This record gives sequence, C-alpha cells and structure tokens, in this order.
Amino acid sequence: MSNDIILRNGTLVGSEGTTKGDLRIRGGRIVGRGDVGASSDGDQEFDVSGCLVGPGFVDLHTHLREPGREEAETIASGAMAAALGGFTAIVAMPNTEPALDNVITVSYVLAKGAEAVVDVAVAAAITVGRAGEHLTAISDLAALGVRLFTDDGNGVQSAAVMRRAMSYAAPLGITLAQHCEDESLAAGGVMNEGALSSQLGLAGRPAVAEELMVMRDIELSRLTKCPVHFLHLSTARSVALVAAAKAEGLLVTCEIAPHHFTLDESSLAHYDTQFKVHPPLRTASDVAALRSAMTTGIIDAVATDHAPHASELKDLPFDQAPAGMLGLEQVASLTWEALGENPDPVRFFALLSRGPARIAQLRDEDSRVGLSAHGGELTVGDDANIVVFDPRMSYVVDRAALASRAHNTPYHGRAMHGRAVMTLVRGTLVARNGELQ
Amino acid sequence: MAERERRRVRPRGTIFVPRTQILSASDVAKAITRMAHEVVERTHDIDGLFVVGLQTGGVPFATALAAAISTIVGNPVDLGLLDVAFYRDDIALHPVVESATTTISSDLTDRTVLLVDDVLFTGRTIRAALNALSDWGRPSAVQLAVMVDRGHRELPIRPDYVGKNLPTSREEAIDATTDGVWIGKLVAK
Amino acid sequence: MDWETGGEMISSIAGGNLLNIDDLTREAIIEVLDTAESFLEVSTRAIKKVPTLKGRVVASLFYEESTRTRLSFETAAKRLSADVISLAVAASSVKKGESLRDTASTIEALGVDAVVIRHQSSGAPHHVAAALPGIRIINAGDGQHQHPTQGLLDVFTLRQALSSRAGTTGSESGAELFKNLKVLIVGDIRHSRVARSDAWAYATLGSTVRICAPGTLLPDDVSTWPVEVMKNFDEALEWADVVGLLRLQNERGSGTLVPSLAEFTRSHGLTQERHRRLAPHVLITHPGPMNRGVEIDSLVADADNALISQQVANGVPVRMAVLYLALAGGEPKGYSHE
Repeated sequence: MSNDIILRNGTLVGSEGTTKGDLRIRGGRIVGRGDVGASSDGDQEFDVSGCLVGPGFVDLHTHLREPGREEAETIASGAMAAALGGFTAIVAMPNTEPALDNVITVSYVLAKGAEAVVDVAVAAAITVGRAGEHLTAISDLAALGVRLFTDDGNGVQSAAVMRRAMSYAAPLGITLAQHCEDESLAAGGVMNEGALSSQLGLAGRPAVAEELMVMRDIELSRLTKCPVHFLHLSTARSVALVAAAKAEGLLVTCEIAPHHFTLDESSLAHYDTQFKVHPPLRTASDVAALRSAMTTGIIDAVATDHAPHASELKDLPFDQAPAGMLGLEQVASLTWEALGENPDPVRFFALLSRGPARIAQLRDEDSRVGLSAHGGELTVGDDANIVVFDPRMSYVVDRAALASRAHNTPYHGRAMHGRAVMTLVRGTLVARNGELQ
Repeated sequence: MAERERRRVRPRGTIFVPRTQILSASDVAKAITRMAHEVVERTHDIDGLFVVGLQTGGVPFATALAAAISTIVGNPVDLGLLDVAFYRDDIALHPVVESATTTISSDLTDRTVLLVDDVLFTGRTIRAALNALSDWGRPSAVQLAVMVDRGHRELPIRPDYVGKNLPTSREEAIDATTDGVWIGKLVAK
Repeated sequence: MDWETGGEMISSIAGGNLLNIDDLTREAIIEVLDTAESFLEVSTRAIKKVPTLKGRVVASLFYEESTRTRLSFETAAKRLSADVISLAVAASSVKKGESLRDTASTIEALGVDAVVIRHQSSGAPHHVAAALPGIRIINAGDGQHQHPTQGLLDVFTLRQALSSRAGTTGSESGAELFKNLKVLIVGDIRHSRVARSDAWAYATLGSTVRICAPGTLLPDDVSTWPVEVMKNFDEALEWADVVGLLRLQNERGSGTLVPSLAEFTRSHGLTQERHRRLAPHVLITHPGPMNRGVEIDSLVADADNALISQQVANGVPVRMAVLYLALAGGEPKGYSHE
C-alpha cells in the first residue's frame, strides 16, 4: 500500500516559468508530475488550485539562540517557526553562546538540527569567538558540511584578517558571508544616522559604515578570488556597489532582510525597541531602492535575519535593548507584497528558495553532508522539499500566536497577504494553514 | 465673565448663549448702591474694610462696590483681587481653570474682608476663597456679597449681601456683568 | 501625537503628559507660561504653598542624578501640596539593565499620580508613558533628546525680561515679543537635550532660530529642525538678540570631538572680548551647570544681561505650572465615581 501525497491542480513554479499540474510524493521524493492519475486508498490528496507550488524556502540567516539563549529560541522552536513560514531549510547563525566556532559546537547544532522539523545547516564563525582575530578551523568545519562562514552579529573589522580568511577559504569551495558595518563608525549607534536620529537624540549608525565594508570586501574578493556573500544589505548605495561588482563578474552575492524592504526609520519615532535592528532600518528611499532591486536579479536572496530576543530585554530603554527582530513566519507574505502589483512567481521562488539554496550549497548538484536537496525544479526523483503558497490568503499577525519562543515581531497587528499554506520536508507534511502537523 | 459657580466650572471652548435678560445695567447699578449702604450699615469697623474681588467674574462688582462704599464713607477703600484656581477641591472633575492674577497688597489680619463674586451657586468657590484668605493672615471677620444667588448650595455658605435672588435649574447658566444679568445656557464653540 | 510621524500636535498639556516640546503648539506653550506667571505670584507670598494638588502623589524618578532639577521639581510639587516620593534610582543597584516595565509596575503599585523622570536614555519617558497610560509622565530630561521644562523655563525667562523691558506683563504680551526675535543657540548642540527643546520652543513662539557650533558638535543632520546653521560665531553674535549658551558635555565625549577646550573657547566661547562687542540689548542664557572659562567667561556669566540666575529661579513656577496642568482633569488614584 502506498501512502502518497498528491498536490492537485497547482501552479508549479520552475526557474524558467510556471506550468499547471499535479505532484505525487512518495518516500520523501517526487514520484510524479503533471497528470499523476487518480488517488488510491491511503493517499492524501490536496486541491491546491490557485496556489503556487515550488521548492521549499531556504533561509540563509536564522538566529536560533541555542546553545546559550534557549529562553528566546531553540533549534526546535526556530525550525517550527520556519516550517510555518514555508521553509524547508534554514542556516543557523554562529553568534550563539558559546559561538559556533569549533567542531564540537557545530556538531551539536547539526545533531539537534537533524531532529528538527526542517533541515538545519550551519554557518560557522570565521574567527574564534567571533572576535575578529584568529581564524577558526575552517577546513575541518567545511568537512562537517559547513558551506557558509560568517562572524554575523559583527563584521570582520580588520581588512587584514578578512583577507587572510578569504585567501584560506578560496580553494575550499566555501563562501564567506559578511555583516557589513564598520564598527569604528557604527559603534554606539542604535538607529540610522540622519535627521531623525538627530531629532530623537539617538546615536546613529551611518549608511557609510555599511557601504565602506561592502566596498572593501568587493575589492578583497577581487584580490583573493574568494566568493563573498553580503548579509542583510540595507542601503541603496550598498546594492549599487554589489550590482557594479556583479557586472564585472566578481564572485559576490547578497541578501536583503524583509524588514529592510518593508519598514523605514520612521517606525522608530516612538522609541519602540521592536524596530531596533542592526543594520538599522533606513530611509524610505533606501526601502524603495531595495524593492526595485528585488525585481531585477541584483538581490540573490531574501533572508530573514530572524533574531529572537526575550521580552524583558526588549523592555529595556532603547539604547540598552538588544537589536534584532523575528521574521521567519512573515517573510514570504512580505516578499510577495514587495514584488508589486503582479508579482512574478519565478522571481519569488528565486529570492526565497533557489537563490539562497545555491548560496548555501543545498541544491541537488551540491556536495551536501546529511541534508536533503533544496531549491530544485520539482522534477521527478527530487527530494520532496516543497512549499504551497496561496496568494489569496490573508491574515493578521498576532505576536502571541507565533511558534517562535520570542515575541519580538515588528509586524504585530499588521494585515498580511499571501501565505505558505503547506510545507513538506522530505515528503512529510510538517505545516498546514498556519498549524504544525 | 459669567458663572464661576457651576458644578463643572465652564470648560474652555464653550460660550454663553443668553435667553432672557433679568437685570438691566441700571438695575445692577441700583443693586450695588443698595448693597454698599447695607455694608456701611452693618460693618462696625468700616475703616478696616478690605474688599476682595474673586477673579474673574467678581472683579467688576468688587470694583464698583468699593467705589460706592468709598463715596458713602468719604474715604478710599482697600481693594484686592483673588484667584482661587489653585485652592479648588475639584481639580479632578474639570479641565484646567484659567488662572488670573492675585493682588492682595497687605496682611489681612484683624481686617474685615468683604468677598465679592458675581454668582453664588454651589458655594465651592467661596470655600476655596476662604481657604486662600488664610494664607494672608487672620481677618477679624469675612463677609460675602454676590450679585446673583441662584441657589443649589452644596456647602453651608450664605451671602451677607445679595443683588438679586434668582431661582434656576442646574442646566441653566447665568451671565452677570455690570452691563446686566442674563439667563441662558453654555454651548460648545 | 507627534511631529516625527507628521502626527497630531498637542494644543494643551492639561490632563496629559509632557514628553517633548516639538509636538506642542504655540497655545500649549503660552498656556504653561501664563499659568507659571500665576505661580510666580504665589512664590512672592509669605505663605508660598497652595493646596491645589493636596492628596496627589508625585514620584520623582532620577536615573541620572541632577540635584538642581530634582530639587526644582520637588519644590514645585511641595508648593502645590502634593506628596512627593523621591526614588533615587541613580544611587540604587539597579542603575542599568532594569526593565522599565518593572519600574513602571512599582510606580503603579505605589498609587502615584504623576512621574517626573530623568533618564540617561533618549526615549525612556516615552517608554514609561506607554506602560503607564493612567499616570501623567513629565520628562525631566531624557538622554540627548528633550528637556521640555528647561525649554519652557527658558522662554518664560526670556518673556519676563522682554516684557519688563517693554513695560508690559508676560501674560499680556502672549507670544508677541517672540515675533522677529533672533535667537542664537551655540555650543555643544550635538549632545544637548536643552538645545533640542529650546530650538522648538522659540521657533514655535515665532522666533528665528539659528545654531552655531564646531562641525563635530553639530547634530548629524538638522534638516528637520526649525533652524539655520551659521558657520561663523562672530557673525552670528552680530545677528543675535538672544544668545543661548550650552554646557560642553565632556562626560559624553565632547572633549574628544574638539582638538582642545582652549580651541573651543577661542572659536565658540563667549569671552569677555566677544561680550563687549555685543549690542546692548542682547540677552544671554545658559541652562547650567556652567563650565566657567569654557563656553562662558566667568565674568560674563555674572553680567547684567545674563539671565542665568533668573532661569534657575523660574524653574519652580514653571514646573508648578506643568504639574498643575498635567494633573488637572485627572482623578486621584483610588478615587472613583462609583
């Protein structure tokens, strides 16, 4: 007896275009596509007409807080939030306590991740303790399957250390990801530097602090031939720098976070710490520039920078509260909204699935360790990591109803349009209509 | 200015709409003259008299009454103005009362104080004025003159001199000036 | 509720909070000034206390010690017969890292009607106000953001000086004397909450406001401020009717933002030599405490046209007016109309 899952009459989104059809899933793989025939006893059949069916979303930038800050998020709870948001794989950031800067802590997270509802990959630290000085065991960690390295939370401040890391990483087939903010300019700042910060009496983190590091690392990548991925770019100028580097054929990719293309600094007018994040929310014209870049292919991925914080920390005065906000459960809706009047489904899946899967090296053709394949074309034989996205679905964000342990969403009370209604990880239905299965 | 003595002191942003005129300007003048004679008649220590007008409605009447008394006795009469906004006990119940100047030039100890207001209603303004007066010493006696007594007292306070007794409903409003006295209502601007 | 989002302006602080000056209308400011005029009269009486706020509880919550501002507020509250609870947070162990929500619930439990809060973090009073909708919050200075009662007492002091010169009273003159008045704010504007309050207070009352400072002591961007920037201090002094000096805030690192204090004094200090060149009608203010010999020469600080001691004296009546207005129309804690 088979226990197939059949998705009937969906719009299948490939990287070149869409087709109407069914998918049949069995044993963790796609076993039929197009017209998959009638269902038999024991099959679960879902009518997904009107919905987009594509490869599951991949988040390049998730802070899971385990080990060290389990009151804010665990690997298990973060993975559940991801599943509800339509993700089939997430990349855990290394700024845990202790940091993911050695084989033991990375192995711990990978082991815990193997029990989670979605695939959990790890981005390990570039430097020991993320302190920006000594390189971690990059080669040993790559052997465990780590494909992205970053000191995220901080950028690598020293150009010399970054150059050394890039030279070492270049032959290993891995990518260095950078949180671009020059701390000599940004330190102490709590919001975008400008007229509003001057009036609110809050110290600024200037756009140029980000742009200088983007510029520096583009040049270091040119020098070392090491691929560099820019995390959560937030300014129009940063995106322009990356566009120019790509035009030159340099090995650069970039992601943007949903809050940077949805919210601007005016949200801070009431000193609401839910809107405090690094890099900070920028100006309305930066938001417009990011949105426009999303539709042109300059942006490789939308990544959440999902950053849970315990509510007692967010209750501190603005300058003392930690930076960061949640994003996993709303990012698909926000991305769909940001793609304009008639969103292009191909672009949508490029930003949320195929682009990030390529950067994280999670595709079928990549050499993976212990993880299934993501960001594919939904062809027969593929691992069944699939999301069904219903553009007609509307809902209102309720911070009390999130799967995340933390509640620090800036979108509480906001109406969202479009939602991941089914998430299948390796052929298993893990989330449906906002409920874990 | 009308009617300080409403239960809820007139909030800013409202205006008085007159309905009926009760006293003309000459009626008011006559009443003031009569009250001045009564004051002189009943006050033993007329030289120690200190007239205190309550801001802001009582001020024109206090000025007129002091002038009338001065004419009768042939000597100038001391006149001061008192704002009781800071002495009211009902700050919680109504919006801010606009404050005005207080000018009481001397110690009131052993003086006979004549409080003057336009309209006597619940008595709460007078209570506040009595509290306030104690900050300027210990008068030998305090008397009260009002142009209109409209009833509805909430405190054991009664006037010594009244221009006109005028029964009203609580919903009505009174506007008393030296130009005359009107009955009407308050409406939002 | 606020300028930042182009929101509503506040036309009276009666029954509300005082968090900023930049969201107050001219009427709201004049109402405070006129009310303060009445309280100024109260402070000339033999008995300087009125029973207005009898039974009300005012908590002064100073996370950052400022003896003069705290004493000024507490004196104001006591002259209004309010009970004053002084929570000397700055001295306690929970100086940093205490959740404002926890502080707020303590305040609520104490049955407080109004909170006067001074905090080193910009926006902390707004945070407390959001947590305590039933309690009036008075900002006594937050980080580098606002110090609204200082702004109000500065314009009150100015109106007092100008109206006495014009042979009228403050209340009679309203905002008239601020029209066409040229106000120069000079010095450590970057770190100054007083500058942020004064600039809006003067501008809202109709004055022209200009600022002048070394480039590193200017805010990053003043394009939304109602001010113009002047580069040359000596030219600015020729232009000004009022010179508002500010304290150079070394504790916030201002000392490292200029090559030396001596150079700051040479370029932007009100020295005796510059003071001599001022037109006779020019008035000088300083919120204190002064760095004598840095932004202001010691003799200049004591000159006849310096209003510095009047500013200190006016702190009490202005803060009485603010407390009176803020608590008006509210109900005392534990009081109910069934």
